[in-house]
Amino acid sequence: MTLRAHLVVVRPAFTLDLAMEVAPGEVVALLGPNGAGKTTALRALAGLTPLTGGHITLDGGAVHGLATEQRPIGMVFQDYLLFPHLSALDNVAFGPRCQGASKTEARRTAATLLERVGLAGQAAAKPRHLSGGQAQRVALARALAVRPRLLLLDEPLAALDAHTRLEVRSQLRRHLTDFDGATVLVTHDPLDAMVLADRLVVIENGAIVQQGAPAAVARRPRTDYVAHLVGLNLYRGQADDRRVKVGELLLSTSEPLRGPAFVAFPPAALALYRTRPDGSPRNLWQARIEGIERHGDNVRVHLDGPITAFADITPAALAELDLMPGQQVWASVKATETHAYPA
Amino acid sequence: MGSPAQQSQPAGPRGGRPAAGREVRGRLPWMLVVPALAGLAFLVLPLAGLLIRAPWPTLLERLAEPHVLEALRLSLVCATIATVACLLLGVPLAWLLARVEFPGRRVVRALVTVPLVLPPVVGGVALLLVLGRRGLVGQWLEAAFGVTLPFTSAGVIVAEAFVAMPFLVISVEGALRGADQRFEEAAATLGASRWTVFRRVTLPMVMPGVVAGAVLCWARALGEFGATITFAGNFPGTTRTMPLAVYLALETEPEAAIVLSLVLLAVSVVILASLRDRWVNSP
Repeated sequence: MTLRAHLVVVRPAFTLDLAMEVAPGEVVALLGPNGAGKTTALRALAGLTPLTGGHITLDGGAVHGLATEQRPIGMVFQDYLLFPHLSALDNVAFGPRCQGASKTEARRTAATLLERVGLAGQAAAKPRHLSGGQAQRVALARALAVRPRLLLLDEPLAALDAHTRLEVRSQLRRHLTDFDGATVLVTHDPLDAMVLADRLVVIENGAIVQQGAPAAVARRPRTDYVAHLVGLNLYRGQADDRRVKVGELLLSTSEPLRGPAFVAFPPAALALYRTRPDGSPRNLWQARIEGIERHGDNVRVHLDGPITAFADITPAALAELDLMPGQQVWASVKATETHAYPA
Repeated sequence: MGSPAQQSQPAGPRGGRPAAGREVRGRLPWMLVVPALAGLAFLVLPLAGLLIRAPWPTLLERLAEPHVLEALRLSLVCATIATVACLLLGVPLAWLLARVEFPGRRVVRALVTVPLVLPPVVGGVALLLVLGRRGLVGQWLEAAFGVTLPFTSAGVIVAEAFVAMPFLVISVEGALRGADQRFEEAAATLGASRWTVFRRVTLPMVMPGVVAGAVLCWARALGEFGATITFAGNFPGTTRTMPLAVYLALETEPEAAIVLSLVLLAVSVVILASLRDRWVNSP
């Protein structure tokens, strides 16, 4: 059930071109900003958007020539698209019925699946009477009912509120682990991607910019978008042993490296001073405060200067330093807090 | 320029606060109000006249006359069969126009609406030219199957369907365009063929539009006059529907015409009421 695909979709102002491979039982998350082409890629896999070029194969068999209804896929849509005129049970039984099962047979399959997602009690309910989390689970059961070899999930948690999301996410994780086919999941939420996926594929402007295990991607972001997602300051520069030259600034790092390199450090590693400090940090520069905003329990300070950076400080520190936008401050980061890796 | 929010709450007279819960809008412009009321009267008065001049004491008696019942029965049967025919042909046509991209689709859509604006008499003449005994298709129908349409009840149905079908097509096409096509995509990912998608997803979702279209279509067929009298003639029992009977009665027996008109008016009001409550206002 290995999926091998090279998806090419050319539109007037946009080109999607990405190659991907998903092993049986593996969950791959397509992660990217709005308009990056994630959903287009998913729709192309489903046959809902025609390919301009490339191919899609499942276990070596070509799928790209088949109409959507002939592909061995199951899909969960962002707003679920449960048929409003059918009960939860008949929504789930819809697929098996289309595959030729008798009404009783299809309903039995559907009942089993609803029980598996914990909704046996809601079988007779119409979609409008289901909560968001319940509708999401019915949609998942409906997609699994056709015994797909490729499961496609489009922003499966995006329509849920924060509390439901937490619960549904862990349930979804469990169901995806049980599923033995290939799974491709589209999301713009890094947390969903980290929790649900075995591998991340980050796409920007229709092309892959980075892929790998969630931990590896989170540790070594390669684009500003990914760095922002995982909450790191990221710079690209020229490394020479334990120094990386980023623009005009020379950053000391803990790892020895040569050639083009990335340097990343978390916003909490930045220390701010009103006057030039005298101490051990090797990386010290003067910056201007561009803006200040709440960030969870802390305060995030946007800094401009030789490099742009985010610094997270406590509200107490903000009050004590009496920081204001437009002010000049000194920023420093310890070499041991930075992480450098080849570009 | 003040913002809209400021404009919607103008100060009251002499700067006082406007009366609570009431918008202060200034006087109604008589240039609009007078014609509006005249228009309303123009629409309502004739119907009121019908009710005022109706021979109420002898109403039931007149309704029970055989030729009235005959015309009513013929009208109801023909309009219903015509509506069924329109449903069988019109819903697929609406689907084709709403869901399938083909060259000349706009032209086809325009053609479909021609009977809507065409004077019904012209429609009747056109039907005679095509389906009449010497008509392009009628000639062949008679030779091959021995079927003649003009001046038969079947001809009434054909004339009514011709005039009424655009109402159905337009209503259903509108409903199809308004329906979220992603449900159809979802059905396709579940393995449904296009026919299954239409039958099990599209049709149930646009059912209110289909019903509204069918009711409009039926009402139009029931009131059909011009095309019917031109194509099917005016024979008691076979082609004399209610509107034809009304017209005929007006020349010989005006009170009978009023009674027949009242029946048609009652049917229209019932239709309008059912359409409003059950379909137009429902989500």
